Amino acid sequence: MWWRVMAEAVFVGLPKRFVKVSIDGQELDVLEGLTILDACRQLDIDTPTLCQLETLTPVNVCRVCVVEVEGSRVLVPACSRKVEAGMKIRTDSERVRHSRRLVLELLASSVDMSLCSAQVGGWMSRYGATPQRFGDSVATVAQPVKIDNDLYVRDYSRCILCYKCVEACGVDAQNTFAIGVAGRGFDSHISTEFTVPLPESACVYCGNCIGVCPTGALMFKSEHDMRQAGTWDESRQTVTETVCPYCGVGCMLELHVQDNSIVKVTSPLNNSVTAGHLCVKGRFGFQFVQRRKQE
Amino acid sequence: MFGAGGGTSSYREAEETNLVILWGSNARETHPIFFHHLLRGIRNGARLVAVDPRRTSSGEWADVWLGIDVGSDIALANAMARVIIHAGLANDEFIARATTGYEEFAACVEAYTLEVAERETGVPAAAIRDVALEYARAERAMICWTLGITEHHNATDNVLALINLALLTGKVGRYGCGLNPLRGQNNVQGGGDMGAIPARLPGFQDLQDPAIHEKFSRAWGGAEFPHTKGYHLTEMFEAMEHGELKALYIVGENPARSEADQTRAVGLLSGLEHLVVQDIFLTQTAELAHVVLPAAAGWAESEGTVTNSERRVQRVRRALEPPAGARDDVDIICDLARRLGCDFGNPTAEQVWDECRRLSPMHTGMSYGRLDELGGIQWPCPDESHPGTPFLHARLWEDPVGGPRAPLFAVEHDPPVDRLTEEFPIRLTTGRRLDSFNTGVQTNEYTSPLRSKEALLISPADGERLGVADGESVRASSRRGSVQVPIRFDSTLRPGLAFMTLHFPDQVATNVLTIDATDPKSGTAEFKASAIRIDKV
Repeated sequence: MWWRVMAEAVFVGLPKRFVKVSIDGQELDVLEGLTILDACRQLDIDTPTLCQLETLTPVNVCRVCVVEVEGSRVLVPACSRKVEAGMKIRTDSERVRHSRRLVLELLASSVDMSLCSAQVGGWMSRYGATPQRFGDSVATVAQPVKIDNDLYVRDYSRCILCYKCVEACGVDAQNTFAIGVAGRGFDSHISTEFTVPLPESACVYCGNCIGVCPTGALMFKSEHDMRQAGTWDESRQTVTETVCPYCGVGCMLELHVQDNSIVKVTSPLNNSVTAGHLCVKGRFGFQFVQRRKQE
Repeated sequence: MFGAGGGTSSYREAEETNLVILWGSNARETHPIFFHHLLRGIRNGARLVAVDPRRTSSGEWADVWLGIDVGSDIALANAMARVIIHAGLANDEFIARATTGYEEFAACVEAYTLEVAERETGVPAAAIRDVALEYARAERAMICWTLGITEHHNATDNVLALINLALLTGKVGRYGCGLNPLRGQNNVQGGGDMGAIPARLPGFQDLQDPAIHEKFSRAWGGAEFPHTKGYHLTEMFEAMEHGELKALYIVGENPARSEADQTRAVGLLSGLEHLVVQDIFLTQTAELAHVVLPAAAGWAESEGTVTNSERRVQRVRRALEPPAGARDDVDIICDLARRLGCDFGNPTAEQVWDECRRLSPMHTGMSYGRLDELGGIQWPCPDESHPGTPFLHARLWEDPVGGPRAPLFAVEHDPPVDRLTEEFPIRLTTGRRLDSFNTGVQTNEYTSPLRSKEALLISPADGERLGVADGESVRASSRRGSVQVPIRFDSTLRPGLAFMTLHFPDQVATNVLTIDATDPKSGTAEFKASAIRIDKV
């Protein structure tokens, strides 16, 4: 992992050992402190993840990455469980496949996952997930899109409750704590304090929640409007890396451009300056450059 | 700093240090993504001290907030130094080996007792002592600052006072230690690196050094160019006043709104025989110009590099076609040179950069290819096998010390020029808000839900004393001019302190009030300290 490698390069901490584990019968050496997911990736074993992101602390909520560990009564989440010497891990047993299938089915039957990455579709077919099997009368989280400001919209009918937005708004990046998970059970949902509209909340519009959202539940208003108008077309978009014009921190921006207009701004997760995070100016303050063209 | 004009540390070090002193910087709002690194440091156990007249949102994260009176930074720093010396916590070995000027410095700070410092700064003596001891005892500690230090008539002395603290305790040149000015724009650092300062050529090379001058002259085909240092911004305005400077070519700056004492600045710009403005907008300054050269936006419509506050040179790239008629800065400059009888050819941004790499040793290893591959490189990077330099001045820890020793400078407290009197009893300071930038030319074009109309922020106690209500429109006057502005109560301000931004010059011309008293060495005006009065209208 790039950030750990960087840390090793400059910061002399305690020395770390390699531990031997076996995954699906293959033995390998893994650096102590890494997770089962890191180990799987070392062997190029594609492991489904929804709530996991390299830059965020694991919250273990989606359970789609679960694996079998010999001696463990329950399946364990690969994203957070650290490797231990002698661990015997199975990533493709019937028990694992069944569990992953059910997680994907339960999510897809109640949430609109149509804007998830193609990877998620790939996992659905790999595990034979058929959300339709629950019938037409299943409970869903369908609800109107929340539009309460000009910068971004919240479409919670697409929310799988992965907590990434909460983590990015909270301790893992922004530390603003404008949103949290409210309610229990099926009624759990992401909410501002007392469900106030964003402009009355603590939100500072950094958009770091949008940056980590895997389902399109959080979206630039510009993207939402274009999708509504049927003009959003990623095949006609270019993505160019450049540096934010505001302040001297030097955040790397990815400008998503369609028809010579910036339609969205992101930052690469592996950038040493930003770790994928921006502020309101870098994320949304680009209008000035295109307004010139209209004049 | 000691010959290299850049922050000494990497952002990452803020995550792994023990103590950060944020001095005259509201990084939470003005450098939000640097503050993310700082927050990771806090999560890892680092302590944060905020030195700021306002209890800002950065201050909310601090373990200790020193609510200093505007412009008394040197008194605070010198008193801290005295505490450290008297406690026997000065790093004598480092001082003896790697610094000069200690005797004079120690004699100077001896006058700054805690009692003197408390009187001059408004900070309780015990708090000054505690922070001084904590800084000295921390294994790793960083000092970061912004315009709260540099927008003063004695900006350079303010910076030197902070450098003194680091040298006194050996808190520079080591991982997790250092001195870091957080730059205000994406290429403030790069502008300096590239020689856009009066006495330097690219790579901070001394214009007045004959060997350096000769090297550049040879590279430029024997070109003749001045041997003497030019003017900085403030000197230019003085030269305009004396009728010495008659023509001005302004690139990407809006001095008609950004200069302190705006009335005087606009008067001088309007009186020029010839004013050329090259900008991406028809700014208020461009409206005064005889010739306007429409430019492409550097960060989204052209190719090049910028340098950030950790000395990282990074690529900017063209993502958009510029509007019709707007051209790349390089093309405009080359065309202009041709008209003046000097053919630079038609170089690409990369060719210009490669010329810079040939002439500036600290940039030599930074090919476009490597900048892409490594996600930017921190200078100095002398050759193509060099990984770049995460922190500066490790040389000071070599024995014997590598290169020249670092000087301690005796600097004295000198309060703001605009004195508080019975007639002008309130201290006005200025700054930025999270969602806005400078004179608002760029940021006022997007709709920020955080934005409210510009107002004069004062403490609720002052509001009560003056008999004005929250939202009431008042007249704010300084010795230079006056503006009408609504009042807003702000509990982060102490009585006697007022705050405005420069973001909305069309709503409130804040710079009508500010003073253009400037630091003779850096040319920065004292935007942070005006004396005003508030009258009901």
